Amino acid sequence: MRRPEIEREIYDFVIANFLFGQTTDLEPGDSLLERGVIDSTGVLELVAFLEERYAIKVEDNEVIPDNLDSTGSIANYVNRKLSCVL
Amino acid sequence: MCGIAGLLNLNGAPADPRRLGRMISTLLHRGPDANGVHAVGPAGLAHARLSIIDLEAGGQPMSTADGRLWITFNGEIFNYIELREELLAKGHRFATRSDTEVILNAYLEYGEECVHHFNGQWAFAIWDAHDRKLFLSRDRFGVRPLYYTTAAGSFLFASEVKALLACPEVVAEIDLQGLDQIFTFWVTLAPRTIFKNIFQLPPGCSLTVEDGVLRIQQYWSVSYAEASDAHTANEDDLAEELFALLEDATRIRLRSDVPVGAYLSGGIDSTVTTALVRKIASDRLRSFSITFDDAEFDEKSYQEEASAFLGTQHSNVSCSSADIARIFPEVIWHTEQPVIRTAPAPMFLLSKLVREAGFKVVLTGEGADEVLGGYDIFKEAKIRRFIGRNPESSWRPLLLKRLYPYMQNIQRQPTAYLKHFFRVSPEDLSSPFFSHLPRWELTAKIKQLYSAEVRRATEDLDEFSEVERTLPAAFESWSYFGKAEYLEAKHLMPGYILSSQGDRMAMAHSVEGRYPFLDYRVVEFAAKLPARMKMKGLDQKHLLKKAFRGLIPDSIARRPKQPYRAPDGKCFFGTGAVDYAEELLSPETVRRDGIFDPQSVTALVSKFRTGRASSIKDNMALVGLLSTQILVNQFINQRKEGYDPCEGPKLNAKSTILS
Repeated sequence: MRRPEIEREIYDFVIANFLFGQTTDLEPGDSLLERGVIDSTGVLELVAFLEERYAIKVEDNEVIPDNLDSTGSIANYVNRKLSCVL
Repeated sequence: MCGIAGLLNLNGAPADPRRLGRMISTLLHRGPDANGVHAVGPAGLAHARLSIIDLEAGGQPMSTADGRLWITFNGEIFNYIELREELLAKGHRFATRSDTEVILNAYLEYGEECVHHFNGQWAFAIWDAHDRKLFLSRDRFGVRPLYYTTAAGSFLFASEVKALLACPEVVAEIDLQGLDQIFTFWVTLAPRTIFKNIFQLPPGCSLTVEDGVLRIQQYWSVSYAEASDAHTANEDDLAEELFALLEDATRIRLRSDVPVGAYLSGGIDSTVTTALVRKIASDRLRSFSITFDDAEFDEKSYQEEASAFLGTQHSNVSCSSADIARIFPEVIWHTEQPVIRTAPAPMFLLSKLVREAGFKVVLTGEGADEVLGGYDIFKEAKIRRFIGRNPESSWRPLLLKRLYPYMQNIQRQPTAYLKHFFRVSPEDLSSPFFSHLPRWELTAKIKQLYSAEVRRATEDLDEFSEVERTLPAAFESWSYFGKAEYLEAKHLMPGYILSSQGDRMAMAHSVEGRYPFLDYRVVEFAAKLPARMKMKGLDQKHLLKKAFRGLIPDSIARRPKQPYRAPDGKCFFGTGAVDYAEELLSPETVRRDGIFDPQSVTALVSKFRTGRASSIKDNMALVGLLSTQILVNQFINQRKEGYDPCEGPKLNAKSTILS
């Protein structure tokens, strides 16, 4: 799977799951924390989604804002993980 | 405890007793024992009675011997015996032993200032036929409800909105600002309600209508300024004083001509009130509680421990998710406003249990958390301030895990994220609402479900400014703890805790709650206590625990705070699935009602259907959405279709039409 596709999927997941499907002006680089899109449960939901959808294991020490704070950074992170798996 | 209603024709036309009869017929759940109406000139009063004091002679509406003053009264004046003595000494004469007659005579003696003499929970209306003046009053904390409106040249008032809606000229329409406030603060800011042009008399206020002019006056408020000697105060002395005040508050709340029971939740507050009842009254006490099938919410073991320790005869009612789903529409019929938690529903089952056991009156621990520093929101604010002083600290955010031991999501949260969720900016620290920002901002996310139309209609509203506008002048000078307590006691307590979860659920089954912690003497004492005695370190209700050491089980005093909660959104899906939820949340119905966006609702519902919804936000959104849809359906759509709110309850056999 290519990175733009991954990012699209993640963006759709974020919109459907955290914003009740309301399309907003959320940009790929926007901080999900700063914009209040994601709450404490949201992080856990996001991790569960990534593990399930991309068959990756998200390690505890990887659950940090650097990896997961925007749809762009999440896509980068997933891309890196998938490259490792391959 | 009772239901009241009444009207004043502003053009002077005679009040129509049939109209009063219609109004009161919607409130018979509040007063099933007898009811009556009385019209005198342009004014009319109506009353549905739950007989508790002076069972024989306490009927209402009641008048003075000369027929000048007429009253309809819901509630209790607990110090009526002492007041009666005072008034007798001043030459007043009494025909009954009721507290109702004490109010009438106190009004004769002190006029509008009479309310300062009352220690109790009340909503009443007095018509002065001589001065042609209508006087309404509501107790200091808003324990008892009182709504009013004007329509077609009449001023109308009642214990519940449904009695106003029994008058066809009263329009039922959602007040979008009221909705926006509920989806921020969980409550509307009084006098606003969820219904446009229907208002509630704010707690601690009186209202007069005279010569066609309506005037509202706040007769009581409490200052949260710490006592000037707070820094030298002795904790032992204050604990003793708190004990004495609570003991007396309980003693006068046991005044009743029918047996009094107690709620026993398994927490400190109701254990304290039950312990006091046991100390004062020697006879065997009946206690009542809710248990949950779901272990996450259940407190049965603590309830049994408290009951065994205090020697009460205990009964409980089990509440499942399916029960909540089944009774929820009836619950909303009584709350008369959207709620964002299902927690009122189990209270509905509890009052049913009490009533079926033959009890009309229960003492409960309500108010302790607000008054003595029990809520997690106070502790959260303390920790957030602590973090805010050193935002870079890596260990300070770990304290947040100690804050919510019962919340799995928080426990599993990586520290890096925990820091972000509870991050504290300099602007936050200087906000008057510092303590409440996380709750209000999280709740406001429900608004993401709004339809485009409602979004447009509400986008310019600034609800925080609305609260700011009503802050007392001294607010700025109070400690952060006092500010948080004020916000909680001013808004959430009357608007939700004492209403949706309190009066409405108890009165749905004709049960009166009495709250020793909300004796104004206790509240005024507690408000000026130093914050460190209410929360010592992170020990909530520290002084209360100290005052009752040995009188309640140690295990209950030491247990971590478990807020009263019930299963939320998931109740309505899976095994508990109910047809009405399916219907009210369908895209067609949502589109027709126009408040929410059908697509967003479908996205949320699908998250619940597939078992993926677990966050607080999703649960609040679902319950807020569903309760709003139920409310619109029951109070607006059905009425448009010809349903008459009077159709349900009928005037019973003991009905007396006095005029």
